[in-house]
Amino acid sequence: MSAAPSQRLAYNAPTRLDTLAAWLLALAWVLPLIYTVWTAFHAPEYAARFVWNAPLTLDNFARAWEAAPFARYFLNTTLLVLMILAAQLVLSTMAAYAFARYEFRGRDIVFSLVLVQLTVMPDLLLVENYRTMASLGLIDSLFAIGLPYFASALAIFLLRQTFMGIPKELDEAARMEGASALQILWRVYVPLAKPIYVAFGLVSVSYHWNNFLWPLIVTNSVKARPLTVGLQVFSSVDQGIDWSIITAATLMTSAPLLIAFLLFQRQFVQSFMRAGIK
Amino acid sequence: MSTRGSPTVHRGSHTAVQAWLLLLPASLILLAFTHWPVIGTLWHSFQSTPKGGRPPVWVGLENYQVMLDDPVFWKALVNNLWFAGATIPLSIGLALAMALWVNERIAGRTFLRMAYFTPTVLPMIAVANIWLFFYTPQYGLLEQLSGALGFGSHNWLGSPSTALGAVTLVAVWKEAGFFMIFYLAALQSLNPSLREAAAIEGASRWYFFRRVQWPLLMPTTLFVLINCVINAFRMVDHLFVLTRGGPDNASTLLLYHLYEVGFSFWDTGYASALTMVIIVALVGVTLLQFFVLDRKVHYR
Repeated sequence: MSAAPSQRLAYNAPTRLDTLAAWLLALAWVLPLIYTVWTAFHAPEYAARFVWNAPLTLDNFARAWEAAPFARYFLNTTLLVLMILAAQLVLSTMAAYAFARYEFRGRDIVFSLVLVQLTVMPDLLLVENYRTMASLGLIDSLFAIGLPYFASALAIFLLRQTFMGIPKELDEAARMEGASALQILWRVYVPLAKPIYVAFGLVSVSYHWNNFLWPLIVTNSVKARPLTVGLQVFSSVDQGIDWSIITAATLMTSAPLLIAFLLFQRQFVQSFMRAGIK
Repeated sequence: MSTRGSPTVHRGSHTAVQAWLLLLPASLILLAFTHWPVIGTLWHSFQSTPKGGRPPVWVGLENYQVMLDDPVFWKALVNNLWFAGATIPLSIGLALAMALWVNERIAGRTFLRMAYFTPTVLPMIAVANIWLFFYTPQYGLLEQLSGALGFGSHNWLGSPSTALGAVTLVAVWKEAGFFMIFYLAALQSLNPSLREAAAIEGASRWYFFRRVQWPLLMPTTLFVLINCVINAFRMVDHLFVLTRGGPDNASTLLLYHLYEVGFSFWDTGYASALTMVIIVALVGVTLLQFFVLDRKVHYR
């Protein structure tokens, strides 16, 4: 035992070769991103030329901002992710509570039907969901983009796990004091599941901030278009090959998540981990 | 309601109503946008596409026959299998290597972890723009690097021989760091005394990995594997920016082909048949996980 600490540190320590390989991979990983950042922050004449003291500029961002209705796209995406998250949290909390703390016939079957969504995601059921949205007259609205995602099997699953781990004595004590089921849910269960709410919230916001295919299909005008679709329309139609502007727009659309990630790295990584490991 | 000493909190017919009411909103959404569409897809895959005011009619397996005769479908299927066959081992291998490195006291650990994970938080459309720029002939960084090394110019996305490989690389770049965190979590939960025991035994590093770490990581590998397979059928956003499935369908994938058939040609009957193929593939993989792999992965 006494020899263990030093031995433990030495044993399996990364060799120089490991360090070199890890760094090479990391550099390869950030290289495309750094190239983009370089181009976005320099005048077009330095787009693909590396001059050490090339002057930095925000001009490309200003030009991109004016060239397309990015303000509207930002507003759309923000409203969209908030709407989806709010609906997901409310609906999933209720459903998870029912699964975790009620006994009723058919519970397990209904639960496995919920889990179907983990494999057969709305992302794949484009044709039928488009048909439904068209018949509801919702095409080209933020509501249509969000609606299929309002119930999240992942959230129901995670919250059910968490709720099941909460001691029943707390629940019973609250009911002794005459609290109703919904009051108990709100005052006992929700506060205790806070880390899971944060974890799911981050995963959900990143997912829907980045989602593309369904919004592309179900929107056809600026009024409902989220950032991802706006960026694609902008860079494929409007700009030809002005890379300075396209890279600036690309960074702009990713900026909120990227900055949040760089500031709260640990929280992000842990959230993705919590939401993934079941 | 009192529980009359039962260990379960809510029980009885009155509370069953309550439970169903709690489930109702989420169930309605799931029924309307997951379960019903699956049935609808199956139904419409046996129907003709309504054209010019003519209502759809029952055509049996005709849409599936069209699929079998559609060379683009076969191209997309083969491409998708290549795409899956390349992204899965590459992403898993890289994710594992990244996690093993970052798990140790390696120089610059925080930077490394950040560098590996950053692509995960970027939108795929932004990622595709970044890589389009990277791949661009003459202008892109890849070209500049290969030019500096004395290689000739190559249009990576424009040649049928390299387009699929180029979009595969982008997918690996995007997802490897995401899977790294699951391996990292699993490695950190391994009992440190295993390592001490291996050190005392004088086991080589490779031996320790192969005989201790790898078997204990099996459940994680399975989880990552399933997600990798699902991603291989779902990740198509980057195609919209990078290649649009071209040149000459060299880089098209099933979901992208489905998008073109359903929303460029508006052939909904055939698109439904294509959707069924993807659903069957994914459900098959999931069932395989439940019934076959789950039993084999747990270390004795």
